[in-house]
Amino acid sequence: MKIDILVPEFEPVPGAVIAWRAEVDAATWRLSAHQVWEHGGRLIALWAADTGRSPSVHLALVFAGRLLWLSLPVKGPEPEYPDLSDLFPAAARMQRAVFDLVGIRARGDLVDKRRWLRHGAWPVSEFPLRRGFDAGRRFDPVADDYAFVRVAGDGVHEIAVGPVHAGAIEPGHFRFSVVGERVLRLEERLGYAHKGIEKRFETLGVHDGYRLAGRVSGDSTVAYAWAYSMAAEAAAGLTPPPRALWLRALWLERERIANHLGDLGHIGNDAGLGFALAQFSRLKEDWLRSNQYAFGHRYLMDRVLPGGAAVDLADDAMMRMRDDIVRVRGEIARLRVIFDEHPGLQDRLVGTGRVTRELGERLGMTGLAARASGMPLDLRSSFPCAPYDALQPRMVVHEGGDVAARTALRFDEVIESLQCCGRILDGMPEGNIATLYPTPEEGAVGIGWVEGWRGDILIALETGSNGALRRVHPHDPSWRNWPVLEHAIIGNIVPDFPLINKSFNLSYSGQDL
Amino acid sequence: MSVSQAVLQLFQGVLAVAVAPLVLGWLNQCRAWLQNRRAPSLLQPYRVLIKLLRKEMVLATNASWLFRLAPYVVFACMVLAGAIVPLVATDLPFARAADVIALVGLFALARVFMALAAMDVGTAFGSLGSRREMLIAALAEPALLMVFFTPALISHSTALTTIVDQFSNGALQIHPSMAFAAVAFVMVLLAENARIPVDNPSTHLELTMVHEAMILEYSGRHLALMDWAHALKLTVYMGIGIALFLPWGMAHPQNWLELPLALAALGVKLALAGAGLALLETLAAKMRIFKVPEFLGMAFMLAVLGMLVHFLVET
Repeated sequence: MKIDILVPEFEPVPGAVIAWRAEVDAATWRLSAHQVWEHGGRLIALWAADTGRSPSVHLALVFAGRLLWLSLPVKGPEPEYPDLSDLFPAAARMQRAVFDLVGIRARGDLVDKRRWLRHGAWPVSEFPLRRGFDAGRRFDPVADDYAFVRVAGDGVHEIAVGPVHAGAIEPGHFRFSVVGERVLRLEERLGYAHKGIEKRFETLGVHDGYRLAGRVSGDSTVAYAWAYSMAAEAAAGLTPPPRALWLRALWLERERIANHLGDLGHIGNDAGLGFALAQFSRLKEDWLRSNQYAFGHRYLMDRVLPGGAAVDLADDAMMRMRDDIVRVRGEIARLRVIFDEHPGLQDRLVGTGRVTRELGERLGMTGLAARASGMPLDLRSSFPCAPYDALQPRMVVHEGGDVAARTALRFDEVIESLQCCGRILDGMPEGNIATLYPTPEEGAVGIGWVEGWRGDILIALETGSNGALRRVHPHDPSWRNWPVLEHAIIGNIVPDFPLINKSFNLSYSGQDL
Repeated sequence: MSVSQAVLQLFQGVLAVAVAPLVLGWLNQCRAWLQNRRAPSLLQPYRVLIKLLRKEMVLATNASWLFRLAPYVVFACMVLAGAIVPLVATDLPFARAADVIALVGLFALARVFMALAAMDVGTAFGSLGSRREMLIAALAEPALLMVFFTPALISHSTALTTIVDQFSNGALQIHPSMAFAAVAFVMVLLAENARIPVDNPSTHLELTMVHEAMILEYSGRHLALMDWAHALKLTVYMGIGIALFLPWGMAHPQNWLELPLALAALGVKLALAGAGLALLETLAAKMRIFKVPEFLGMAFMLAVLGMLVHFLVET
């Protein structure tokens, strides 16, 4: 099928999210991406696969209200594909990761040839996601050089932070070029947490992969497991029972609320208001304990699986959750008044780390941070799969684009998600919570796309023989938001960075599998 | 200097050093309660000090003698300051040798050593912290001096013991000027002791630190001394505040029987000061570093106003 002005013939990839897929050549790859860019489309993900026949590069785009999946097979001893980072800046790091993992280089004048995920843990000549790479081998790590961009000028100096931080957070290096306290430039270096998840997927069966998917980024375990299950169900042509879908939505909203509560506390704490952390930590802890009580896991890991859901909702748990909703809503309202009327706190939040809508659109920002900059992006509203088509959550959008907007958005989304939880508890359909997951055919593909609390999580998979996985690519929204953070800090002062960083709260692990 | 004076001086010095971690423990306890948290033990700071004193010290390979000397200098400065400020009695031989101006100098000496030591190893955070500390100190120091001048004008002396004697012995007089000085003093105290809203003593965010950034490279014994000196500084500041603004209940010269009463009074006053400080810290958020000059400028202005009020109203 033709889609709008685009050249390739697309075929539908069935599933909960209908994607349109086309195999293209290098020229069409570039042309299609250019047309999508020209008409305001967005880049979601770019990855590569070496599935045995020939290596290929893949691109997920959103255009004209559709999810498009372009595949470009590449050949030769030094395979190449056209660079897209001039159109979509977020593609730059994805392309660098593609080279590090599969050894396929983007071709273009402006291509950044520095490594992204490879830090010397494996030799330069090895590419871990190629077929022949043996994941069991051990290499002696070597220190490698990384050419940070230098800022020259009178009084400019560098502050290097991380990858080991004073607090217990994930590893990441931040290189600030500053004059006094003012930040001229920030360069991130991530990829200190490479675990080989994508390689590990290749040793698993389609039915077992959900557990690994749920551990890509622990704070979004429901979203990842759902996205994986959605992709696996698409590959097998299976629709899970309605009750399972409603349970998933309940868990996804509970995950969103738990993370937002935690973040609100930490935003307050990073501005020196320890009171906020104490209060929100208490709320979050109670919330997680309800998860444990009702579903047997604080963070709801392994509750979503291909074919349905792992646990059902008991009546007494439903009562407890209804009480929780009323209580948390009341407390949130009071805490919000404290936040809004605290002059010292507002002074720190308002205007800090501002990202304009234009900048966000140019850089391809997504998820929560995008909505705080006035970009109406939320899969639950714009690509609603069941049960969100029935729930119809209100999309919250703020225009400010600063830390204050991202904070206010979290407050609003907690309230909205609480309401959503209430509607789910009211409308939960009866019936089974899972159907047997059949063995999918060899070479079947599926795509899962779920709005996690941080943003949209995409998982694309292809099956092998006898229900094995050939290739799984989980794609975290952090890929597209980390580069935005580099811009958000410009012109701000060094001590405001932790606050700005916390207001984005991006995943280090999610973009370094 | 008689034997009794020497004993009293020694007692006061030891008291300040011994009680300093307790003051910090009390402050932390109050903060925890005000935030609806379960509080750590009152003795926690002592445990931390003991732990640090036992721990092995890790020194940067390029650390110079300055880095190793600084903790001792800083600690010694604070011990001396603790000996100068009248906590329970005014009959202190040391206090006559050093007045409030010398006290400000003593704090400055400690600060200079700490800032130099922080830059010695050459990490980004050390110099970051030193830079910010110097920004704060350059504004806090004149404000502190100005605060001292009002009581000094009232009592015609810059010696703390004389000021305290004057205030606590004379007939109760209301000095409106001292109210201005008191507010200014609290603001300087917050800035000088790395408390919220100027600095956050409990943060783990290295980019926002001031005091903590300076001592980031210290470990073991050195860190224990630095932490202890920090607690001592807070206690001394509270002691100065008490001496200037709540001097009643101190033991008079040659009157040993008043000492237990003075000790009890000190305990109550420190507890109140700690609780008040905890309340201030709980209510406030940390301000931007560039708001600190405004904050301390305000303190300076209040102190000047206090002096003006004294000249206009009280003479």
